[in-house]
Amino acid sequence: MHELSVCQALVQQLEAVSAANGGGRVELVRLRIGPLSGVEAALLSHAFPLAAAGTIAAGAELAITAAPVVVQCNECGASGEAAPNRMLCPACGGYRVRTVSGTEMLLESVELAAPADAGA
Amino acid sequence: MCDTCGCNITDGNRHLVSPGGRLAQTEDGRAAVTVLQSLLSENDHQAAHNRAHFDARGILALNLMSSPGAGKTALLEATIDALGDKYRIVVIEGDLETENDAARIRAKGVEAVQIATGSACHLDAHMVHEALHRLDLDGVDLVFIENVGNLVCPASFDLGQHLNVTLLSVTEGDDKPAKYPVMFRAADLMLLTKTDLLAVLDDFDTAQAERALRLVGSAAPVLHAAPRKGLGIKEWIDWIDGELEAQRARVAAGTTRRPAIQAEGARLHAANPAGGAHDHSHAHEHEHAHQHRHQHEHKHEHKHAHAHDHDHAGETGGGARS
Repeated sequence: MHELSVCQALVQQLEAVSAANGGGRVELVRLRIGPLSGVEAALLSHAFPLAAAGTIAAGAELAITAAPVVVQCNECGASGEAAPNRMLCPACGGYRVRTVSGTEMLLESVELAAPADAGA
Repeated sequence: MCDTCGCNITDGNRHLVSPGGRLAQTEDGRAAVTVLQSLLSENDHQAAHNRAHFDARGILALNLMSSPGAGKTALLEATIDALGDKYRIVVIEGDLETENDAARIRAKGVEAVQIATGSACHLDAHMVHEALHRLDLDGVDLVFIENVGNLVCPASFDLGQHLNVTLLSVTEGDDKPAKYPVMFRAADLMLLTKTDLLAVLDDFDTAQAERALRLVGSAAPVLHAAPRKGLGIKEWIDWIDGELEAQRARVAAGTTRRPAIQAEGARLHAANPAGGAHDHSHAHEHEHAHQHRHQHEHKHEHKHAHAHDHDHAGETGGGARS
């Protein structure tokens, strides 16, 4: 269970993003999480309010997009979804594949209250 | 580093930042800021700093990960016995509690710093940085980081090491790579340990363990060892020697290498980002071309990897009789 420490790192990033963009409150946080990232979306959702309490991100909504595991075959060029422990080409079944998606642990974007609101 | 070079923009998310992508929109009353940064960018920044510490001194840093009890400390003891006269080694030990492992390493005459993580299930780059400041790195050849025994969390945190070694003891079951894909994908080497017990186990198939590793998308070589019995140590030491030589060549060339985590970012950092056809193996091909070219070519071929495996099984058996 390392999602709390990941959330603590996220809150630091949110504070920096806010400070660099007028200092508004963080209202919405969009994350993209792949199954091969090692973090669980549900656990992040539970840990985030704890990490964000008392910060500029307190009360922010967390919107998590689940990234699919997508591989592209180095042999036949086909690409498609795969399971985390069965990374085979969906077309030819080969194992020489490149991971296109699925490892993401990404802060995509942040929506901040307009700076005027923040000052109010 | 990653904040500036664009390596966070991957094939998987590039569409989000292209014109018309949903992140280009701004909702009424809010300022939408596109970030596209790893959630662990602070950790990754510290990790790059740690790696720069190692590279500046020509040090090879290896991160050992496994379940509790797979034999990481026993492997280190055997490694120090085999290499302690040849190289200067220091060890960073991560455990929830106790200095037991560090005491075992110090008993071998090697400097060891213990990081007690409390209840944290992994080391992070900041903990390792603190430990580095308690060590004299001048003249050191090898830094071993013994991560917290855990097959889940440590795989997500770059510490600044160059390579990950994931141990799998044969008493744990040959399906562990299938059960813990994130951890085993992170391995630059999978080391099967306690292989002396294979003779009395009827449910661990070494070929099956290697197949499970391939199915999580890893091309890492597989070695067999039973450090407490002195088996397989030569192959392990040969691997370290080859990697240390490759590291010294990288240092001389002013380059570095990241372990097999966050593979796509590493690919984009590579000299030829278009080299997608060899994605899984690119780092090895670029950086191990010196002494271990032959060995590393093996691991790209499933068939060859098996042949490799059999060779080691034979050597291990020979060692048992001698």
